Amino acid sequence: MRSALTMLGMIIGVGSVITMMAVGTGAGQKISEQMASIGSNLLIAFPGAATAGGHSMGAGTQSTLTVEDSEAIRTECSGVKDAAPLVNKALQVVYGNQNWSTLVMGTTPNMLDIRDWGVSAGRPFGWEDVRSATKVCMLGQTVANNLFFGMNPVGQTVRIKNVPFAVIGVLKKKGQNPSGQDQDDTIYVPITTAQKRLFGSQLYNLVSIIFIKAKSFEDLEPAERDITSLLQQRHHIGPKQDNDFTVRNLTAIIQSAEMAVGILTTLLSTIASVSLLVGGIGIMNIMLVSVTERTREIGIRMSVGAKTSDIRFQFIVEALSLSLIGGAVGIAIGAGGSWLFTYFAGWPTIITAWSIFMAFGFSVLVGIFFGFYPAYKASRLNPIDALRYE
Amino acid sequence: MGLVEIENVNRIYMPEGEPVKALDNVSLVIESGEFVSIMGPSGSGKSTFMHILGCLDTPTSGSYILDGTPVSSMGHDQLAEIRSYKMGFVFQGFNLIPRTSALENVELPMLYTGMGAAERKRKAMEALKAVGLEGREKHNPNELSGGQQQRVAIARAIVNDAPIIMADEPTGNLDTKTSKEIMELFVRLNVEKGKTIIVVTHEPDVAAYSRRIVRFLDGRITGDERKR
Repeated sequence: MRSALTMLGMIIGVGSVITMMAVGTGAGQKISEQMASIGSNLLIAFPGAATAGGHSMGAGTQSTLTVEDSEAIRTECSGVKDAAPLVNKALQVVYGNQNWSTLVMGTTPNMLDIRDWGVSAGRPFGWEDVRSATKVCMLGQTVANNLFFGMNPVGQTVRIKNVPFAVIGVLKKKGQNPSGQDQDDTIYVPITTAQKRLFGSQLYNLVSIIFIKAKSFEDLEPAERDITSLLQQRHHIGPKQDNDFTVRNLTAIIQSAEMAVGILTTLLSTIASVSLLVGGIGIMNIMLVSVTERTREIGIRMSVGAKTSDIRFQFIVEALSLSLIGGAVGIAIGAGGSWLFTYFAGWPTIITAWSIFMAFGFSVLVGIFFGFYPAYKASRLNPIDALRYE
Repeated sequence: MGLVEIENVNRIYMPEGEPVKALDNVSLVIESGEFVSIMGPSGSGKSTFMHILGCLDTPTSGSYILDGTPVSSMGHDQLAEIRSYKMGFVFQGFNLIPRTSALENVELPMLYTGMGAAERKRKAMEALKAVGLEGREKHNPNELSGGQQQRVAIARAIVNDAPIIMADEPTGNLDTKTSKEIMELFVRLNVEKGKTIIVVTHEPDVAAYSRRIVRFLDGRITGDERKR
């Protein structure tokens, strides 16, 4: 009973360390997945200055980014690997008697590379399709599922705003983006086709967003600066004027989120390991009490020939088994706790072998460390005094 | 040459203040196969003498040669080894380990001589049989009577085939009838197995079983008589 209470300290300590690390690793993993789903080393530029506030730049300067801006970024900025413009609009898609409202994206073929995306069936559209504004499209997984129910859409024709489009490819599954949007609920068409056939002339040549891929993670920040100054120059914005566009570093945002989670995990684990320490002190306490209570037993063992090392070994093993059993139960409870987190809070949790190994190793260390002093004390007893002890 | 040769042994305790001389220049030789009683009132030094004899304590000065080996200057671990091979102890309070079966209690000394588990069990069962406790090996000490507990203690004392058995007031907690049985068991071990038996007691009835009585008073030997 008393041993069980003693172990509780270890159990709670190990359990909370495991849970915290599982939650932290899970959160980190989810963020990494999202990062991969957006595409790596990514910057976006979109029109309308975020800092505009009450200022109005005047009509005509609002939707400002053009296909030419995208092209200029691609060719003139150092550190930029590629850039693709995008126009989009929510429209209804019809196939047979099925219909589905989705986000239609008009873009160029290099967008797939920039977003680390690809097709799972058929082929992507090419530059030829953009140049001649062909009526072809690629369906996102969600759209494909909702219009074709598992049938192969490639080769079929869908209608968007009554314009027939040949389905030439189906995009791979991408999942949700960090804001929870389904990235597979989309249709990609060549940008020229979108501008001429779908979105009307008022949007001609203007783009909603430009996706930019930097050459490497280190190039992200210089590229961001270059793009900003290039666009300022192209849009004739003086040093005192507000920008009519915004450049955002998506990867950096995710990176900082990842770091915040990492810091939080470390913090929580540190707090949890304090309870490991408290558990260890509990074990030391119970072992000291046990040495006092069993003084007579120690005397008996010594009188029948136990050496100091035998006695020391016995008490260290006892402390060790207390902490090991506590550690094992703690790992089980930590696993259970992580599962509860996933089940009730919906947080992804991952228990790594490393965290189990660490928690277990730590409980062994605690057992040896806090078991050593009581064991030493027991082994130093004088056999006669120990035998006479009442 | 005696099994136990003690010469000019002094044992001085140093509590606060004045030193206490528990043993004052004691010399004694005990031959192998003897059955010796050590008698004396409390405080006479007989218990201290037995502790030194049993290698639980070391003399302040003087020499103790056990079976040809000088043990008076040995360290803790060497003494522990001597105890495990040469000595078996039986105490007044039985000194069995609680919540541990009779069998495991008897196996205890062999735990420290590195014997295999099967061999340990076999020898422990044999020792329990020798003291007439067959069928009780699974019982814990609190499930046994005083006499039975003392028999377990005796089994523990003989299980390592130690040549010497030391008993400190072995019948102090037992009634007359059981005392008689225990003492007869000692006599049998002495006669049949040739064990050297040293009993510390203040009861003349107990001492009567032995063939030699050594009397202590104020840390000195005041008498040493042999029967027949």
